[in-house]
Amino acid sequence: MLFRVAEAIGGKAFGAVRGLGRTGVFLAAAVRNAALPPYRGRDILKQIHFIGVKSLFVIVLTAAFTGMVLSLQGYFTLRKFGSEGLLGAAVALSLIRELGPVLTALMVTGRAGSALVAEIGIMRIGEQIDSLETMGIDPIRFLVAPRMIAALVSIPLLTAIFDVVGIYGGYLVGVKLLGLDAGQYFGRMEASVELADVVNGVWKSLAFSLLIVWVCTFKGFFTERGAEGVSRATTSAVVISSVLVLIGDYLLTSVLL
Amino acid sequence: MNGLDLASDPRSAGRPGDPEGPPILRLVGVDKVLDGRKVLDNVDLDIPRNRITAIIGLSGAGKSVILKHMIGLLKPDRGQVLLDGVDLCNLSREELFETRRRFGMLFQSGALFDSLDVFENVAFPLREKTKLNESQIRERVLVFLRKVGLEGAGGKFPDELSGGMVRRVALARAMVMDPEIILFDEPTTGLDPIIRNSVLHLIGRTFQDHKFTMVMISHDIPDIFHWCHHVVVVHDGKVIEAGPPEAVRTSVNPFVRQLVEGDIHGPVHLM
Repeated sequence: MLFRVAEAIGGKAFGAVRGLGRTGVFLAAAVRNAALPPYRGRDILKQIHFIGVKSLFVIVLTAAFTGMVLSLQGYFTLRKFGSEGLLGAAVALSLIRELGPVLTALMVTGRAGSALVAEIGIMRIGEQIDSLETMGIDPIRFLVAPRMIAALVSIPLLTAIFDVVGIYGGYLVGVKLLGLDAGQYFGRMEASVELADVVNGVWKSLAFSLLIVWVCTFKGFFTERGAEGVSRATTSAVVISSVLVLIGDYLLTSVLL
Repeated sequence: MNGLDLASDPRSAGRPGDPEGPPILRLVGVDKVLDGRKVLDNVDLDIPRNRITAIIGLSGAGKSVILKHMIGLLKPDRGQVLLDGVDLCNLSREELFETRRRFGMLFQSGALFDSLDVFENVAFPLREKTKLNESQIRERVLVFLRKVGLEGAGGKFPDELSGGMVRRVALARAMVMDPEIILFDEPTTGLDPIIRNSVLHLIGRTFQDHKFTMVMISHDIPDIFHWCHHVVVVHDGKVIEAGPPEAVRTSVNPFVRQLVEGDIHGPVHLM
């Protein structure tokens, strides 16, 4: 009995270590293939269109309402201390340091990440990935590298758009709706936001891009057992990516602050 | 059965790569465990050069796993997979990709790329692995689409094709790089008898035209005996019989007898 329990625990531990090793090897291969030429320009552009351009609407919408609600909440909180003039700075810093990178990553995970898993997963169960291998084509170079480069280009740009739209959403509520002076809104923002805040936001969005593509392509690449497997892989990739983005945000913030 | 008389085909004699020469592919003492189950157990297997070899056996016997070992998609836990004496297990990933240029493979599902039309599916390996210009690619693709009787279907997408057409496109794609060895994973499964026969005819004709070494997994027993020179019977991860079709057909091994005759009574109890 005791032996069986030990065997089961050992088996699970061995499986977990092997799984971690496999994800590490996969990431290393993906990064190497993404970094080294030749680059698949057409595929990269296609993926930038898919990950970046097609996510634009949802990012703009999310950003506008995030900025507006931040402004609404921030205004009434700051007014208690007679500091409503700091609203622009509060909105901008919240967006640039935290909410922009995190919410962009979460929205891209939901919209594009899930589609990446499903697309690659269907290729796996349809033997198309095996077919690439039999033709002597490295599926990581063909499928994963263009998506990795596209995400590293698109997600930071989407984050920048999120920040700008969010700040404008905050302006609409703070200035146009609640009557705060526009000069005060933007003036305090200019005085408070430093280059380091923007750079930190860029680092975060780059790290999240890598994380999302890593998890989603890995899950798709190793999908098993038919349509149900694709569905399971998609759900698990979205959940894992989202949780890792939030954990990664805390860790990066504690390092970058 | 109206199969071609491949075994006595005079064009297969006396050409380079003599079928009497050493086998092109060999599996030596191969073991493989998948999901905790031993799916290959000390498999020894020779694939004769410039011949059609059929691998037959029950579902789950390990036939597809053998095929995947032959092209290096799976690595054995023990043993060797020798291609002209070179062990595929000792090759680097890059060397393995290069070696795979000698192979074409037709998957059971066809494994066509959904986002590409028929023409682009066949052109795909040429675009990826050769430096041919557009007009050369076009010319070559049309030649191979004509060979499989699909010259007018280049603009169709995989979801617009019947099962038989998918296999034919896959065969054109497998042949377009002029490989030495073509592997077929159940090329006729799920097809109606007429389409199945047409696919087998196409494979037979392709062999007569090109003299590729062909390895075919099949459940079309006993029809498949008319379409191959060499038969390997796999059961429970082991090779239990190998030889010319006639020898396998008349084998006294009770499992082989049951498989050939499709008898529900015998060593394998399914009910």
